[in-house]
Amino acid sequence: MVGLTLRDVRKNYGDVQVIHGINLDIIDGEFVVFVGPSGCGKSTLLRMIAGLEDISSGTVCIGDVEMNDIAASKRGVSMVFQTYALYPHMTVYKNMAFGLKQANTPREEIEKRVQAAAEILQISEYLDRTPRNLSGGQRQRVAIGRAIVRDPSVFLFDEPLSNLDAALRVQTRKEIARLHERLKTTMIYVTHDQVEAMTLADKIVVLRDGRIAQVGSPIELYERPQNAFVAQFIGSPKMNFFSASDLTSGASSLLNRELSDDLQVGIRPEHLSITDSANAVVEGTLELVENLGEYALIHLRTASNVEFIAKAEKPPEVPKASTIKFGVKPPLAHFFDSNSGARSA
Amino acid sequence: MFSLDRWDVAYTNLIKFSVCFIILCVLIGLFLAILLDQKIRVEGALRAMYLYPMALSFIVTGTVWKWILNPEFGVERIVQNLGFESFTFDWLVNPEMSIYTVVIAGIWQSSGFVMALFLAGLRGIDNQIIHAASIDGASLPTIYWRIIIPGLRPVFFSVLIILLHIAIKSFDLIIALNNAGPGYSSDVPATFMYTYSFSRGQIAIGSASATIMLMVIIAIVVPYLYSELRSEKHA
Repeated sequence: MVGLTLRDVRKNYGDVQVIHGINLDIIDGEFVVFVGPSGCGKSTLLRMIAGLEDISSGTVCIGDVEMNDIAASKRGVSMVFQTYALYPHMTVYKNMAFGLKQANTPREEIEKRVQAAAEILQISEYLDRTPRNLSGGQRQRVAIGRAIVRDPSVFLFDEPLSNLDAALRVQTRKEIARLHERLKTTMIYVTHDQVEAMTLADKIVVLRDGRIAQVGSPIELYERPQNAFVAQFIGSPKMNFFSASDLTSGASSLLNRELSDDLQVGIRPEHLSITDSANAVVEGTLELVENLGEYALIHLRTASNVEFIAKAEKPPEVPKASTIKFGVKPPLAHFFDSNSGARSA
Repeated sequence: MFSLDRWDVAYTNLIKFSVCFIILCVLIGLFLAILLDQKIRVEGALRAMYLYPMALSFIVTGTVWKWILNPEFGVERIVQNLGFESFTFDWLVNPEMSIYTVVIAGIWQSSGFVMALFLAGLRGIDNQIIHAASIDGASLPTIYWRIIIPGLRPVFFSVLIILLHIAIKSFDLIIALNNAGPGYSSDVPATFMYTYSFSRGQIAIGSASATIMLMVIIAIVVPYLYSELRSEKHA
């Protein structure tokens, strides 16, 4: 088990730079999730750590060893792919044994390790089948098994759950979390799904256009997003953004903050609560209610024509197009600079 | 018919031709496909060039190669003119070797098509599998040998069937290239059947040979179809 250090890592494709100087420390045994919208460079970064992409400049160290010029197979990493990437003509057993065979591991040792991994993942009974006779969830477990048998110092996951259906995704997510608890190996996990990021990670790295937008624990990212991008990316439904003119005249004193056009106010839908005129920070006309039973999503529009969403336990008992007033507890409002998007205290 | 020396020549030629033609076509086609798959720059142009012979009929191919291989003014003369006076390349007129000129022309015509099939197969292989294999520590030759080529198995089957039927029905190529000659040294069952049925008027022998050809094809195709359809049911 070892940590990782990334120092000013960059990646160019010709003149196009896709990774712009990433600095990151990952401690031994940590579960780190790279998250970001598609095209933000998260998978590229993972492949650079794996050794499947060249590093244009900067250094990647696993443990204390610089890995830039070391082949993928010698880095002590295992990778699980989105499409499982199992070898279709080999049985499950051979799939898992392939890497060990390439490393000239003795046959008894291979047998032992494959059996042990199969046991952990409960795939012992499928060892003689070929991948096409397995379901998606089973295939992904075989792919994880193939990663385990190599006994890597770092596990890399590249969107491993994206090809599974919703129910399996939740279950496999749980299994990955359990696996990490059991193996206590450093894991790096790439996803575009913020729910996976929030539930699995010790540390989340939010990437945007090849740069780190914020690094922190899931709860830090939720409670104190450092910029408007992270604020919108983490949390579902997305955080609402208002400029000063969208809010009520009393908002400034209620939020205990001087409001101006340079400032954007971000409030999460779950932090908006229906209130009276005296405590209203924002008000809007009701457009649509999505009642999910457990909670209701109320879609509204302010007089200044800004859409926002509030999350409430019950749908409001008022007709459509009526005006509803919302308040928020001051510490739950976030302020961002309108130009840079950076958090403003 | 079986006592005819000419029939012996025809069917040994067919076997020689089919085996050489199929094996070399597969090897060359696969090799070209792997080369083209290395993300080279002018792939589009090269692919068109390799496929171009497909656009020609076997008659044209045969005629062109008849000129190229002609000892009087083809390759042999060119190399001799370059100064290698003792160079001989007279396969076209050498009864021992004449069937191999058919192999050369057939490969020239068909390997581009085989390449296109293999290239499509190679492109269909998930990149992530190759990445997974390289993390597993497989070298590039190992990846091709253990991962990619086994993954091309269905393509191999299609290629074999296509080449086999081209080989068995090859007729126009041989007629154009050397008219089954010299003598009848590059006869195959198809030309044999044509000669006996339509040039010599010995319809009985002609139809006997045609029947034999039909049975050979059935003997090859039926077990193949059977195994393919059965494995599909199991899949």
